[in-house]
Amino acid sequence: MIPFEYLRAGDPAEAVAAVAGRPGAAFLGGGTNLVDHMKLGVAGPDLLVDVSRLPLDRVEETAGGLRIGAAVRNSDLAAHPLVRERYPVLARALLSGASGQLRNVATTAGNLLQRTRCPYFQDVTTPCNKRVPGSGCSAAGGYTRYHAILGASEHCVATHPSDMAVAMVALDAVVAVLGPGGARTLPLAELYRLPGDAPQRDTVLEHGDLIIAVELPHLPFARRSAYRKVRDRASFSFALVSVAAALDLDGGLVRDVRLALGGVAHKPWRATRAEAELRGGPATEDAFRRAAEAELAAARPLPGNAFKVAMTRNAVVATLRALAEEGR
Amino acid sequence: MTVWREAVGTPAARVEGPAKVTGRAGYTYDRPVTDPAYAFPVQATIARGRVASIDSAAAAGVEGVLAVVTHRDAARLADTGDAELAVLQSDEVGFRGQFVGVVVAETPQAARYAAGLVRVEYEQRPHDTELRADRPGLYAPEQVNGGFVSDTDEGDVDAAMEAAAVTVDRAYTTPMEFNSPMEPHVSVAVWDPGERAPGGGFAEGARLTLFDSTQGPHVVRSTLAQVFGLPPERVRVISPYVGGGFGSKGMPHAHNVLAALAAWAVPGRPVKLALTRQQMFALAGHRTPTIQRVRLGAGADGRLTAVAHEVVEHTSAIKEFAEQTAVGARMMYAAPNRRTSHRLAALDVPVPSWMRAPGEAPGFFALEVAMDELAQACGLDPIELRARNDPEVDPESGRPWSGRHLVRCLREGAARFGWAERTAPGTRLVGRELVGLGVAASTYPYYRLPGSRAVVEYEGGGRYTVRIGAADIGTGAWTALTQIAADALGCRLRAVRVEIGDSDLPAATVAGGSSGTTSWGSAVVAACRAFRHVYGEQPPAGAEAGADMPDDPDAERFAMHSFGAQFAEVRVDADTGEVRVPRMLGVFSVGRVVNPRTARSQFIGGMTMGLSMALHERGVLDHRTGHVINHDLAEYHIATHADVVDVDAVWLDEEDVHAGPLGARGIGEIGIVGAAAAIANAVHNATGVRVRDLPITPDVLLR
Amino acid sequence: MDARITLRVDGRVRPLALDTRTTLLDALRDHLSVTSPKKGCDHGQCGACTVLLDGRRVVSCLILAVTCDGAEVTTAQGLAQEGEPHPVQRAFLEKDAFQCGFCTPGQVCSAVGMLEEVKAGHPSEVTDDLTGPVTLDDEEIRERLSGNLCRCGAYVNIVAALREEAES
Repeated sequence: MIPFEYLRAGDPAEAVAAVAGRPGAAFLGGGTNLVDHMKLGVAGPDLLVDVSRLPLDRVEETAGGLRIGAAVRNSDLAAHPLVRERYPVLARALLSGASGQLRNVATTAGNLLQRTRCPYFQDVTTPCNKRVPGSGCSAAGGYTRYHAILGASEHCVATHPSDMAVAMVALDAVVAVLGPGGARTLPLAELYRLPGDAPQRDTVLEHGDLIIAVELPHLPFARRSAYRKVRDRASFSFALVSVAAALDLDGGLVRDVRLALGGVAHKPWRATRAEAELRGGPATEDAFRRAAEAELAAARPLPGNAFKVAMTRNAVVATLRALAEEGR
Repeated sequence: MTVWREAVGTPAARVEGPAKVTGRAGYTYDRPVTDPAYAFPVQATIARGRVASIDSAAAAGVEGVLAVVTHRDAARLADTGDAELAVLQSDEVGFRGQFVGVVVAETPQAARYAAGLVRVEYEQRPHDTELRADRPGLYAPEQVNGGFVSDTDEGDVDAAMEAAAVTVDRAYTTPMEFNSPMEPHVSVAVWDPGERAPGGGFAEGARLTLFDSTQGPHVVRSTLAQVFGLPPERVRVISPYVGGGFGSKGMPHAHNVLAALAAWAVPGRPVKLALTRQQMFALAGHRTPTIQRVRLGAGADGRLTAVAHEVVEHTSAIKEFAEQTAVGARMMYAAPNRRTSHRLAALDVPVPSWMRAPGEAPGFFALEVAMDELAQACGLDPIELRARNDPEVDPESGRPWSGRHLVRCLREGAARFGWAERTAPGTRLVGRELVGLGVAASTYPYYRLPGSRAVVEYEGGGRYTVRIGAADIGTGAWTALTQIAADALGCRLRAVRVEIGDSDLPAATVAGGSSGTTSWGSAVVAACRAFRHVYGEQPPAGAEAGADMPDDPDAERFAMHSFGAQFAEVRVDADTGEVRVPRMLGVFSVGRVVNPRTARSQFIGGMTMGLSMALHERGVLDHRTGHVINHDLAEYHIATHADVVDVDAVWLDEEDVHAGPLGARGIGEIGIVGAAAAIANAVHNATGVRVRDLPITPDVLLR
Repeated sequence: MDARITLRVDGRVRPLALDTRTTLLDALRDHLSVTSPKKGCDHGQCGACTVLLDGRRVVSCLILAVTCDGAEVTTAQGLAQEGEPHPVQRAFLEKDAFQCGFCTPGQVCSAVGMLEEVKAGHPSEVTDDLTGPVTLDDEEIRERLSGNLCRCGAYVNIVAALREEAES
């Protein structure tokens, strides 16, 4: 860990100014990912601006939706009565991630901005384009069990590790950002990038941009929603693949659906092709399977993760099947 | 004859329990030392070659850095015969992650930061880390771990296989596995330098005190004394609390030497060296990956005519360690024709060493899955198959068993576990889960290692102190020795205090081979008897007597092994292939159980590690770099709470009259043996899919 | 870069001057000689360093001490009052819910924090009905404690110890 200065920001504007004015500065939320990376040498900020105690720790009801402060802890968000009632997919996704101790510390914005768990990214003795642009991708041709099958590039095959973000992308969440140039909002799905030829950039945020809140829109049918996480251990491990889904049934037909996938791409993957395939069609196992296959037609698995295609397909079918049965 | 009445056989609570649950127990790093400095290693980033140049100027310039030590300036060791321990003695690199330097600083933060600034240039040579059964250069070691011969060949296996009505001939693999005790390896080195020898070596007058997390303080002392060229009495190793070891702390590793070299470089300062979790994957030993071919030949009635177990595994090119994977097949089943062999590939990999039940743990995955396959091929219940092949005498030595109760364990377990409910493979679907039951046999040899001594002292006031330089790494040995001493002295448990974990105490062998309680316990019994013989029942305060562990004549006349039956129920998610284990039961025959409470914990702990081996554990060597790439606990998975549901163990009520004064054969390792096979066999019963490669991850069963 | 902070550790006020790089775990262990929280992985992957920070269970290895100025820290040592073990610690003793003991202080702190979370009605991943009351059955205990690894394999005994706590 390189030596650094520490500043506890008094308000968001001060935090933004402090980070924006110094190239080596970084925001510190819960720190569960950043401190980890500082120890490993993956990150080396020379100034930490602590935003974890800013007054951004409330969950507020909006017109049918919720506004979640950036500093709300993962455990508090999962336990919030309105999240549990209106967006079970989000509560379940949060609860499937990390451990009780980590969820007590990790923040909403920090969870969104956590970085890939690709072992090569986390090990400074190996080349990695995300860590050192242009150094090469060690994962390609290496250990790829947890790597992408959708939207990867020759420069990077990493996956985004968040569970929470997968649920939020399915729910059409919007992110409120305060930057050096002022405040703005953008859909969460557009916050994330595919790696392309610049895998060092996980998101479209610029240096000094601070996520202030996440807004969840009104979505009544999200009361019937679920999160399915497939993993190598029964708990406390990252997803091999995961599925966030909400299903709105009209008799035997799918009136509407939200579907997002985790563990398969550089970003939480909104399964828009599958959704289009499902809308208006029958809520049957066959239809679920066809929809999943439509989404996965673009999959380009690596030698070490070819199983993820079938695993994702099956997990999508199982999740939708369970939701459909719940609705009968 | 000692009467086991008060303590032995009772479920006494751990003597050190209150200190552990309240956090007062001081492990190695926790021990207070005056004005410590902190060491952080520099590791090689190539798998083979030599260090061409080192630039440590930037590191040396970091505020608080006291020393940067590399092969250029490290003190010279007296004995470099063990290449693993010849730390910083040359520019050679034999595996990725090997120590090439160490930084000592006032704070751990400064040491680690500075270590990252040491620039090392290498002259890289081609390396080879990939184990394959068809690779050139495989060789038969002179002997395998435990002192067994590498190969055996009895009768004519090939002819028997040719003639057999039913055969199994399959390859099984297990991956590189890591002991991963929760306490990383730590050494705190303190030198009393005496006179420095010319050239920076260790003069006669030097004394080394090492606080160390070890399974054997005396082993560390004698080894390091030799490495540093010191008489053993000038080295002291202190180790009261040890946060697990599972074999990885059974012998000194490179960090012990590095800590002492680092401390030598900063005279007058104790130096703390704690390996990081990541560093442990290169520097704290591991279990070799194995490729095992098992051949079984049998008549239509399932009676074995041939057993062949041929193993390919790796060792490090810099130091040989040959895991005895096929040795268990020599004694397990009656078959006139038997062959076993071990072939090693000497690779540019970290140095493998002991991991819980070396040999039996991977070997019985293969052998016991093969037996399940044979049962299926013969149309026999797997328990019946094993009963039909239960040998009356040890097939290897021809000696009678001191007590072989495998079939009783199997039958007892079958009744308790509900074995009769087992259905045909792939036929039991509950909801979206496929359910199956599996069984496997387990065994572990009785080892009683010579070289332990105990001393008893009467403190007055009815209190006794027993001293022996043993180690309790969580086994319950501390408590068991207290119980044994109480009964051997004929006093109450609370009248006895046992001191362990210090090489200044009488010599004790390593906590390994499930031999601790039997070996040290025999010495304690002998010492207590000697004490009573000299002083009777009314000793004066300060009275003291000691004794060495007596010889064990029966060990030469009987085949002495523990046995067990492992049962598992699995549920396999039909959609995702995820395997969960709702139930495991082990039934063991181990001779006398000294403490049922801690013994049960040992058994279920071993079974839990076996579950972890079955479903989770796989070290991934990236052969392009020789790097264990999943080198932390987020990526090298060990079982969590959620993975372990209902694991229980019971045992036969018995004693082994041939197993020394205690009649106990040891319990630390048998729990892991066969556990992975039972789970794999249950997976087959659930799904109809035969898995021969560990671990059984969801992708394997995905349909 | 140095910083000055004050912690309240196991009931005692402890002023500290430390390098900003120091984690809460290292501050406790290296600066204050409070060694009951253990360093098993230093990356939040094992739970051995678990303490209660302002009443909530956290992994102290991933928290910078400098962010904790004014905070209340309770370790396993502090849970035991005047040498008397906490009820959870007593249950661990009764059920032999540990072997080597290295993960134990973290397991104990995690369990105490977890029981508070249950009391507050927090659901877990295995809670069937997210909107209903929480019943702490064995499956819930296992899931909620999965952030604490135990290589000795004392899990079933830990669950047994906490089952009694849950019932009382």
